[in-house]
Amino acid sequence: MLHTFVAYVEDRPGVLTRVASLFRRLNINIISLTVGRSEREGLSRMTVVCDASSEAGHRIRASLYKLENVVDVDDIAGAPTVTRELALIKVAATRHTRSAIFELVEVFRARIVDLTAESLMIEMTGVESKIEGLIQVLNESESRILEICRSGKMTMRRGHHTSGVLRALGTNETDTDEADQPEPLIEHGAPVEPE
Amino acid sequence: MGSNVHTQSSNAHLTTPTPLTGAEIIWATLVGEGVDTVFGYPGGAILPAYDALRKFPIRHILVRHEQGASHMADGYARASGKVGVAIATSGPGATNLVTGLATAMLDSIPMVCITGNVSSKILGTDAFQEVDITGITLPVTKHNFLINRTEDIAAAIRYAFQIAKSGRPGPVLVDITKDAQQATALFDFAAAKPRPYRPHPMLKVEESGIAQAVELIRNAKRPVILAGHGVIESGAMEQVRTLAERAQIPVALTLLGLGGFPASHPLNLGMMGMHGEAWVNDAIQQSDLLIACGMRFDDRVTGTTSTYATKAKKIHIEVDPAEINKNIKVDVALVGDLAEVLEQLLPLISGRDGAKWLKTIQTSKGESAVHDIKNLPDTGHLYAAHVIHDLWRITGGNAIVVTDVGQHQMWEAQYFHHEHPRSLITSGGLGTMGFALPAAIGAKVACPDKEVWVIAGDGGFQMTSPELSTIAQEGVKINIAIINNGFLGMVRQWQEFFYDKNYECTPLVSPDFVKLADAHGIAGRAVRNRAEVDSAVAEARSATGAFLLNFMVEKEDSVYPMIPAGSALHEMIRRPGKNPLIERPDDV
Repeated sequence: MLHTFVAYVEDRPGVLTRVASLFRRLNINIISLTVGRSEREGLSRMTVVCDASSEAGHRIRASLYKLENVVDVDDIAGAPTVTRELALIKVAATRHTRSAIFELVEVFRARIVDLTAESLMIEMTGVESKIEGLIQVLNESESRILEICRSGKMTMRRGHHTSGVLRALGTNETDTDEADQPEPLIEHGAPVEPE
Repeated sequence: MGSNVHTQSSNAHLTTPTPLTGAEIIWATLVGEGVDTVFGYPGGAILPAYDALRKFPIRHILVRHEQGASHMADGYARASGKVGVAIATSGPGATNLVTGLATAMLDSIPMVCITGNVSSKILGTDAFQEVDITGITLPVTKHNFLINRTEDIAAAIRYAFQIAKSGRPGPVLVDITKDAQQATALFDFAAAKPRPYRPHPMLKVEESGIAQAVELIRNAKRPVILAGHGVIESGAMEQVRTLAERAQIPVALTLLGLGGFPASHPLNLGMMGMHGEAWVNDAIQQSDLLIACGMRFDDRVTGTTSTYATKAKKIHIEVDPAEINKNIKVDVALVGDLAEVLEQLLPLISGRDGAKWLKTIQTSKGESAVHDIKNLPDTGHLYAAHVIHDLWRITGGNAIVVTDVGQHQMWEAQYFHHEHPRSLITSGGLGTMGFALPAAIGAKVACPDKEVWVIAGDGGFQMTSPELSTIAQEGVKINIAIINNGFLGMVRQWQEFFYDKNYECTPLVSPDFVKLADAHGIAGRAVRNRAEVDSAVAEARSATGAFLLNFMVEKEDSVYPMIPAGSALHEMIRRPGKNPLIERPDDV
């Protein structure tokens, strides 16, 4: 099954290697990994998506915590979340073929962020399936995809807490989190436009 | 004594911030952490540190190979419970530590290794003797540091000590560039104190878990306590013993758990697992409740996991949350320090009548007895089991025994009965041949008043035998028993059992070990039959210096019982009837 871990790690050299090495050692393939600064001084936030057995979640989380540079780990499997991915897609298009793409972009609520005589660049934010959908439609159209750059998943628990990880730290328990989670206003996974 | 031990009258720099070179800071921090002995080998990138050594009250033991330094630090830690320290230079010096780090990692041994590295300006340029040692050792250390600023050295070393000894202990490596050793910074020992220790956030001992455990123990008909290395690391010997006695539960031990529960105790079953006695493994397989204390259900302990103790509920008391449900799924997990958890549990445990279950085990034990070997007639052959049993008898078990890896290691576990923790030092997890001799040096240096015996095979002994020079140079009084069967014995045994006796590459030509010892100025003696054992051991013990005994034992003896890898715990290869080491009366 797919596991998603959100980890707060110290923002210093070598930390990414330590996290990645843990998955390597367990022979688990990382499907996507995003890292960036967080709201917490000196800490980066990682979202790691991997495919592993359903029992593996506990061990991965426990092992991540054994890394000295890892401060918080949240295993958000099954919890209500908002998940987004950013994709930049460069498509070959001339002024004769552009308009068809403009229509597609409109339907998918994506944006054109660059336009040249031979190509254009689409920026799209959304859940994975929505991005996959656009790519598929583009592939089926007459326009050729030249490049795709995807950010990988970024995930945050739903609710009024600034960080599910902070809450997890307070209770030391992810399994019971869902019980006292406020009812989400929007159905899980619904494509809500972030902008 | 070739070491540079100079005492310094004042440790003022530990209380008053003082400008020191990075090299001086290394030693000053070690002194501040309570270190008085290190094991090391100098070289270019660590030379500034060696240059400053004489100013500090630290005994440096010069090894013959850096692997020896890491095993010595390991043996020092296992014998004393303190953090062992090894020092090496960059490149090959650092890579030679890797086996020792992995050995300590697998057995959760607190150790700090300090390596020099090339100057920070040329890091990553493939400079002479440069290697990415923090990259190489990442999976075999609990944590490691690459330090290239003088002002970071003290904090890194202090943090390393905290990491090494906290929670589930383990080795830490601190790699320090040469320029960081040469430059000067203000040394402020107090300010370099690491942030407060953060226990693993998933430690969890819930009231409900305790209540469940109490209920399971109360209702169990056939309970067994499985005691591992955690009993010793946590210092939970008394608590385990109280639990066993109060609830009348027999105790089976892992290899690294030996000594954590007295061998002579009536509730002690002995070692479990691949070479555990039949009654121990049978008891586990028939059990309806296993109380696992500070052990990790290693594959050498469980056999095939799918057939392991299928009738038993399992309570797992363990300090490392990542061990819970890793190999064996458990019913109740109490994740915390073993001694503390047992302290919580014990007031709720009431007396139980375990007589029936204990009697069942006693019956399966029969009159057996491996102990009977001492009464066997002399057949002209010297058996390893005899030697080890006699060593136990003659020393009264009051020695630290450091084993290598292989058949002799298992015989030691079977025939040398350990009453006290830290009296058996052995590489359990990694199974590192060559461990015994250097680890014994570390153990003797840590416990100079203890009698220390090395028990090693002829194969493993040769892997690190140059450390005989270290023994000679440092005047370390240890006794060495080589169990010499002319084979890589355990591999030969596997070839006998599983590879149609195809003894490929296992017959072994060795030097005359007594002459080898003599070349180092170490006395020795060969022993060929049982009658000589007593006098030989007595001679070794009474010798003022180190002494080597070369026991020429039966060549093709095997360790029984044995669970073939991948078999169930009860599917043992039993002692053959003709083998003079009788296990049960009906085997004769």
